[in-house]
Amino acid sequence: MNDPGDLTDPTPVRVVLAKLGLDGHDRGLKVVARMLRDGGMEVVYLGLRQTTDTIIDAVEQEDADVVGISMLNAGHLTLGPRMVEALADAGLDVPVVIGGIVPDEDRPAMAAAGVAGVLGPGASADEVVACVRAAADTRG
Amino acid sequence: MDDQDHRFRTLSGIPVDPVYGDGPLPGEFPYTRGVHADMYRSRLWTMRMFAGFGTATDTNARFRELLAAGGNGLSTAFDMPTLMGRDSDHDWALGEVGRAGVAVDTVEDMTDLFAGIDLGAVSTSMTINGPAPILLAMYVVVAEEGGVARGQLGGTLQNDILKEYQAQKEYIFPPRPSVRLVTDTMAFTTAEMPRWNPVSISGYHIREAGSTAVQELAFTLANGFAYVEAAVAAGLDVDDFAPRLSFFFNSHNDFFEEVGKFRAARRIWARWMRDRYGATDERSLKLRFHTQTAGVSLTAQQPEVNIARVAIQALAGVLGGTQSLHTDSFDEALALPSEEAVRVALRTQQVIAHETGVVNTADPLGGSAYVEWMTDEVERRAEEVFAHLEDLGEGSLLEGVYAGIDSGWFAGEIADAAYRYEREVNAGERIVVGVNEFTEGDDPESRRLLRIGQDTEDLQRKRLATVKQARDEAAVAATLARVSADAAQPTTNLMPALLDAVRARATVGEVVDTLEAEFGTWVERAVI
Amino acid sequence: MTSSPPSASQAGDRSASQPEGRSRDRSVSELVAAARGGERRATARLLTLVERGGPLADEVAERAWTVLGGGAGATDGNRAHVIGLTGPPGAGKSTLVAAWTTRLVEQGHRPAVLAVDPSSPLTGGAILGDRVRMAEATAAGVFIRSMATRGHAGGLALAVPGMVRVLDLAGFDPVIVETVGVGQVEVDVASAADTVLVVVTPGMGDAVQANKAGLLEVADLFAVNKSDRPDAADTRRDLELMLDLSDLTGHGRTGAGTGPRSRPSIISTVATTGVGVDDLATATDAHMAALMADGALAGRREDRWRAEVRSHLDHLLLDASRRAVAGPVAGSLPESGSPAAVARSMLGQMAEQLLADPTGGLPDGPTGQGGAAAEGDR
Repeated sequence: MNDPGDLTDPTPVRVVLAKLGLDGHDRGLKVVARMLRDGGMEVVYLGLRQTTDTIIDAVEQEDADVVGISMLNAGHLTLGPRMVEALADAGLDVPVVIGGIVPDEDRPAMAAAGVAGVLGPGASADEVVACVRAAADTRG
Repeated sequence: MDDQDHRFRTLSGIPVDPVYGDGPLPGEFPYTRGVHADMYRSRLWTMRMFAGFGTATDTNARFRELLAAGGNGLSTAFDMPTLMGRDSDHDWALGEVGRAGVAVDTVEDMTDLFAGIDLGAVSTSMTINGPAPILLAMYVVVAEEGGVARGQLGGTLQNDILKEYQAQKEYIFPPRPSVRLVTDTMAFTTAEMPRWNPVSISGYHIREAGSTAVQELAFTLANGFAYVEAAVAAGLDVDDFAPRLSFFFNSHNDFFEEVGKFRAARRIWARWMRDRYGATDERSLKLRFHTQTAGVSLTAQQPEVNIARVAIQALAGVLGGTQSLHTDSFDEALALPSEEAVRVALRTQQVIAHETGVVNTADPLGGSAYVEWMTDEVERRAEEVFAHLEDLGEGSLLEGVYAGIDSGWFAGEIADAAYRYEREVNAGERIVVGVNEFTEGDDPESRRLLRIGQDTEDLQRKRLATVKQARDEAAVAATLARVSADAAQPTTNLMPALLDAVRARATVGEVVDTLEAEFGTWVERAVI
Repeated sequence: MTSSPPSASQAGDRSASQPEGRSRDRSVSELVAAARGGERRATARLLTLVERGGPLADEVAERAWTVLGGGAGATDGNRAHVIGLTGPPGAGKSTLVAAWTTRLVEQGHRPAVLAVDPSSPLTGGAILGDRVRMAEATAAGVFIRSMATRGHAGGLALAVPGMVRVLDLAGFDPVIVETVGVGQVEVDVASAADTVLVVVTPGMGDAVQANKAGLLEVADLFAVNKSDRPDAADTRRDLELMLDLSDLTGHGRTGAGTGPRSRPSIISTVATTGVGVDDLATATDAHMAALMADGALAGRREDRWRAEVRSHLDHLLLDASRRAVAGPVAGSLPESGSPAAVARSMLGQMAEQLLADPTGGLPDGPTGQGGAAAEGDR
């Protein structure tokens, strides 16, 4: 840090945040974006109606540390692993955090598929920031 | 008469009058206390439950069951690709065909959807916005091909595009051409479909996106005024179309705030319609609305607690004077509702209607110091929003709403409110039972998830291919060319061209693409 | 088959599928070579290094300077056309850039966009939303990088020219720098370009706002976006009037040290439908051609280079003074005295220390990326 009076992180975590699928409910995504901003992170917000391809373009060009995706009910089992796989296929070593309703019984399957973190609807700001930071740390 | 007497007594036998208090009574301007003099004594609200899933044939079977059970109103939910104006074989549609509603690609699907149903005798509500005029055209074509004249058709099209830019985000074209589509349908139905409600102005989605009660009310009424201004500018007379406008509100947890919101809504609408827009027909002044309980208030934790929330929210809707009501199912935070949960939700309305006695007198809360204050306060705060929008629009609410959409003002206000709420819950300043307090007793094991198969999507794609194979391609091209030409003429009503195109079996996606080429696509300004 | 060791092929597959997963471990020269070979990931990584500052940023700057070649005012065909784009919030800048760069790709160009948004002064975090409106451009292959202003204003003036140079060496042309024209820093950053485009919209007093924000003085071109609005003609007229006025007073369109500017042309656009986007491309090309024809380009680029050197020098001095107050010189800080006098006496001591150890005394935080500063050290 070059300025002793400057308390901000000189190398903030950069997160690409997106919603997969057609559904337009972005309340949760927007709340999470603000929580991460207030946690000192830089959020590259892609918004609604993204595909794995558009997310990968963004991750690559933005040199992102973490991908956060949000999805409608019941999409996590297919879309979460699909995102992880697509990133791996593109040769991008970037962890994926998923937001949405994920039943506890599905969590082991998500972890096995390589999803770095899962955030449910009741997650607090601290939990959200900690989860994304932990995911970023796995990247080294 | 004996029956009447029996009905309007308390549980202990005390007779109850139709109304109490003085001053403007229910049924009198400005209708704060209700749009009818005796409210639910003469007619209960409509208990409307929303349905739609899978292919048109699946939903048709459900419709027929409902009609056989004595219903006469159908309410249609479309799947995401249809809501976004895309065909089932579009890339975006992958995994979404028939999931959240019924898939409609061509008029043939609409024919299947209403097969064996007398469209002259039922009332159909269609929850669709971006491509609404296309779906309306399909409904008219199905009726006419089945021998029912368009003038006999009764129903409601949601067709409220402004709130899509503000909250639900199911828009296709930019705001101005989209509003032109709304006024085209208003002009068309006013002239040719006198029993049809062309717009249901909806605050529900604004609230679900995280707004406050005041924002829900103010944004929704502002949108209503915007449509009125747009229709008048398009040459319609206010009293010709205003009686056919209806509203759709959310009912959330804060009981008295909700009641105040409903009462203020009626008063504001009546005053503005009379004083600002010069409406003289009493029906133009009366705000009629549908209510749905707040989906966003339902919790995944201890889902059975949601039954209590829904009951209280439904009661607020009834005490606020709603004309129809949908109660959410307690398991909706987890998945699509189960049959058992849907039944409990409907029973909740029946308990309110038949056991609580709240229907015995009109506006039973009227005159309560707190309720009257709350009504005034909500109205005052809504007026502040109107003043801001009027400022933005330099005197025009329509232009103010456009400006607020363009700059992302609405989305920003809603996102601020949603974030404030989350922070309060986070900080424990606001208790959500079972989530941040009283959390013991939750059983995650009992939460199940409905998993939906892929069959519908394959079936629907085959169906679309078959219809395309059988149609006259030259006719499709010619009718789409007319859609394009008419779209380029801002003063031409698009409905006749849309009717021709869907009659020739042009798909929803083809018509949308044609319009998109002329109108452009809307991408929101990111306000996060 | 059974006798061949499976591990070799597995390892091979793994490394083949993730060759760039280790892009963080590659050296600057490897990254530069890969970026020049068209690898977007390497370009992205270099941008990150420059943005963070520090010794690696210096190394990238050094290499970029060597690779691009030429002097401070180089105008040969190897350098990208740098376009600054700014305007009030809500003018539709991102949408316009998306439509415009998509068209450029169709015409065979390789545009890149650097989109700058403010950081939160409280937390240092930021929400960068420009990509939302640029999906079409991303799909077409436009390289888009979002960046936050981060901590202090000076950092932006250091980082942006360095990042532009990385995009240039990676073969992107034109390079468009987009900022919200509200703060002086943002306006300055967008103005440090070959061509400065200011975007306004009808109806919201944008023309007047643009004038107040000093955008009129830096503009080479105006785009009146959303010009399908009924009041677009009024906005055009407002702009023309204000330009007339600044012509009359002779006070105006000469940005600090950037030489005289000719009267900007005004293009009408509708970003959402693509109307006027071709005109915009033609006008920016014409502006560049004119700069080259009358030799003004070299002057502009030299001015920019000088400004960049000055930014670096300011930064180095600022850093040195901070270190001085916190470090060795502080030990000899007088107990009292007028702050101005104390500072003046410290300046002397700092100068001695810098002379004694010109590099060692420098910060390990962000330092210069400019060729000049680096050259001065050698």
